[in-house]
Amino acid sequence: MTTPRTPEPSFTGDTASPLLEVVDLHVEFHTKAGVAQAINGLNVTLNAGETLAILGESGSGKSVTAQTIMGILDMPPGHIAGGEIRYRGEDLLTMKPEKRRKLRGVSISMIFQDALSALNPVLPVGWQIAEMFRVHQGMNRKLARQKSIAMMQRVGIPAAEERVGDFPHQFSGGMRQRIMIAMAIALDPDVLIADEPTTALDVTVQAQVMRLLKELQVENNMGLILITHDLGVVADVADKIAVMYAGQVMEVSDVYEIYAQPAHPYTEGLLNSVPRIDGQDERLNAISGLPPSLTDMPSGCPFHPRCPYATDLCSAERPGLLPVVAEHTSACHYREEIYNGTRQPREEAQA
Amino acid sequence: MTELNKAHTVAAGEPPPAPKKAKAQEEASLWMDAWRSLRRNPWFVVSAVLLVVLVTMALFPQLFTDNDPRACPLSRSRQEPSAEHWFGTDIQGCDYYARVIYGAANSMAVGVIVSLSVFVIGVALGLVAAFFGGWVDAVLMRLTDLVFAIPYLLGALVFLAVQSERSVWDVSLILIVFTWPTFARLMRGSVLAVINNDYITAARALGAGPLTIMRRHILPNSLGPVVGYAAVFTGIVIGAEATLTFLGVGLQLPAISWGLQLDEAKSYLQQLPHLLTFPLIFVALTVFAFTSMGEALRDALDPKSKKR
Repeated sequence: MTTPRTPEPSFTGDTASPLLEVVDLHVEFHTKAGVAQAINGLNVTLNAGETLAILGESGSGKSVTAQTIMGILDMPPGHIAGGEIRYRGEDLLTMKPEKRRKLRGVSISMIFQDALSALNPVLPVGWQIAEMFRVHQGMNRKLARQKSIAMMQRVGIPAAEERVGDFPHQFSGGMRQRIMIAMAIALDPDVLIADEPTTALDVTVQAQVMRLLKELQVENNMGLILITHDLGVVADVADKIAVMYAGQVMEVSDVYEIYAQPAHPYTEGLLNSVPRIDGQDERLNAISGLPPSLTDMPSGCPFHPRCPYATDLCSAERPGLLPVVAEHTSACHYREEIYNGTRQPREEAQA
Repeated sequence: MTELNKAHTVAAGEPPPAPKKAKAQEEASLWMDAWRSLRRNPWFVVSAVLLVVLVTMALFPQLFTDNDPRACPLSRSRQEPSAEHWFGTDIQGCDYYARVIYGAANSMAVGVIVSLSVFVIGVALGLVAAFFGGWVDAVLMRLTDLVFAIPYLLGALVFLAVQSERSVWDVSLILIVFTWPTFARLMRGSVLAVINNDYITAARALGAGPLTIMRRHILPNSLGPVVGYAAVFTGIVIGAEATLTFLGVGLQLPAISWGLQLDEAKSYLQQLPHLLTFPLIFVALTVFAFTSMGEALRDALDPKSKKR
C-alpha cells in the first residue's frame, strides 16, 4: 500500500435514506447490582449538513449513545439489547466488524471531551494526524506530514509548520481540542460526533472551538451530532435538539421552537433551571427529585415521579415520541397542552 | 479562520526566533525527556560509568590486564595481594586479578541473555494477555501462576543438578524458564493501566486496527516500567548466576566466572580471605550498577513522575 488513494466514500449505500438513523436502540449494562438500562428505545435521525444536539443531564445516556454509534462501547459490561443504527440505510450493528472499522474515522468520526487524554502522550501531534492518512489511505510518510500540516492550519493552529513535531502536552487545552478535531475531520467524514467537545475548556475557548466546528461542518456539509449538557452551547450552533432523559428521547425539535415552546415537562424544567441575568427570583428553579436509577426504572413515563403534571396515566403507560406540530415531537401524554401552555400543575406539586 | 484565530496567529508569530532556538535544543518526546532527567540523576551517572567499565571488562579483558588467567604456575600458589599480583594468586597459582577480570564475561553474558529473553517473552505475553483479555488472559495468567509456584532457586537446583555439562546457555535457559512470569505480569499490569485511556478509545473510534493500536499506542506507553525493571533484573540474574555456581549447579571449570571463584574460595575462607573478597566486590558492584540504573530508568520513564 504505497500509492495514495483519493479519499473516496468507501460506502455505497442508499442515498435517499437519512445519513444516520437510530431506531429503537436498547443498550444495557450488566452489573452486579442488576441490569442497568442505559438506553431504552432511542430514536434519532441525522441528515447531511445538519447539527443535532443531544441534550441531557449526566447519566441520561448521551455518551453511551455516542459510543454505541461509534462501536466503541465496552462489551461486556455493555450489551446492545436491540434496535438498529442505520448509516445511509445500512445497519451498522449487523455489519461485519472489519467493514465497520473501515467506516470509523473515514465516514463516521468522533471527538472527545478531554483532548489531552484523547491524544497519545508519546507521539507528536503531527504524527497522530498523519496516522489517519497513513492507516486509511496508505499514504506515505512525507505526504501525510504535508497533509497534517495543512489540517493543522485548517483548524487554526498558529505556526503549524513548526509545531507539527510538538507533543500534546506542549499545547494549550483549546489547541489540543483543535488537534483532536483535525484528526477527526482529516478524512472528510459524513458524520462527526462531538461528545461534550468544550466541557474541558474555559468559556472563551469554548466559543472558538464551537465556531470552528460549525465552520467545518458547513464547509464539508457534515452531519454533526453534538452531545452536551450545556444549553448555551446548544443554542448557538444546533439546528435540531433531542432532549434525552433516562435513556430515552423526550423531545425533538427545531432549536428556536424548543426554547420558545417546549412540549415536554422535562424540557420545560430544564429551561426554567437556567439562571437568568434579569431574574427576579431569588432561588434557581431546579427540577425536584433525582433522575431514576437505571437498574430500577419507573413504570410508564420515566419522568413521571418528578413531573409536576403527572397523572395516573403517566405511571401506567409510556408515551410514544409523537409529533405535536410538524418537525416537533414529544414523548408526553399531554404534549399539546404543555406546548400550548394550558396544562396546570398538580396541586401538591405547586406547594 | 475566525478573527480570534488570526489574533492567535499574530500573538504566537511575534517571537519566533527565541522558541525556535529553544526547540532545537529541547526535544520533548518521552525518551528525550527521560534522557534529560537521567543526565541530571547522579545515581544514573555513577551506574552508567560503572557499567561502561564492567561491559568493557567483559568484552575486552585484555585492556585491563596483560596476565593470562590460565597461566597458573603452582610455584606462586596462595600469594597475598602484592604490587605484582594486585589481587594475589589462588590455590593453583593463577593471577587472581586476571581471573576476576576475565570472570566478568560469563557473569555478564548470563545476565544479559536472561534479561533480554525474559524481557521479550514477558512483553509479548503480557501485551497479548492484557489486550485480548478473556480466556487468552486467563490461560496465560494461570500459566504464570504455575511457574510462580516454583521458586526459581529450587527449580534451577533440580534441573541443573541432573545435567552433567552446564554451559552459560544451559544456566541461562533454566533462569529464563523460571523467571519470565515476573515480566509477563509486570507488562500485563502496565498495559491494563494504559488500555483504558481515552487515546486508545480515540484511536479505535478513528478506525485504527488492533495491531496499530498495540504497536503505536499501547506499547510505547506501557514499556517504561518494564524497561526499568529489566535493568534491575540483569543485576539480580548476575547475583543468581553466582549463587547457583556457588551452590555447585551453575557454570563449571574450566570456565572462569565470579561464582566459580566464590565457590573455590569458600574452603579457604579463614586462610585466604582475599579469594572471597575480590570476586564478591565485583558481583556486588555489578548488581549495584544494574539496579541503580534500573531505578533511574524507571523513574525517568514514568510519565507520572514529578522528578523531571
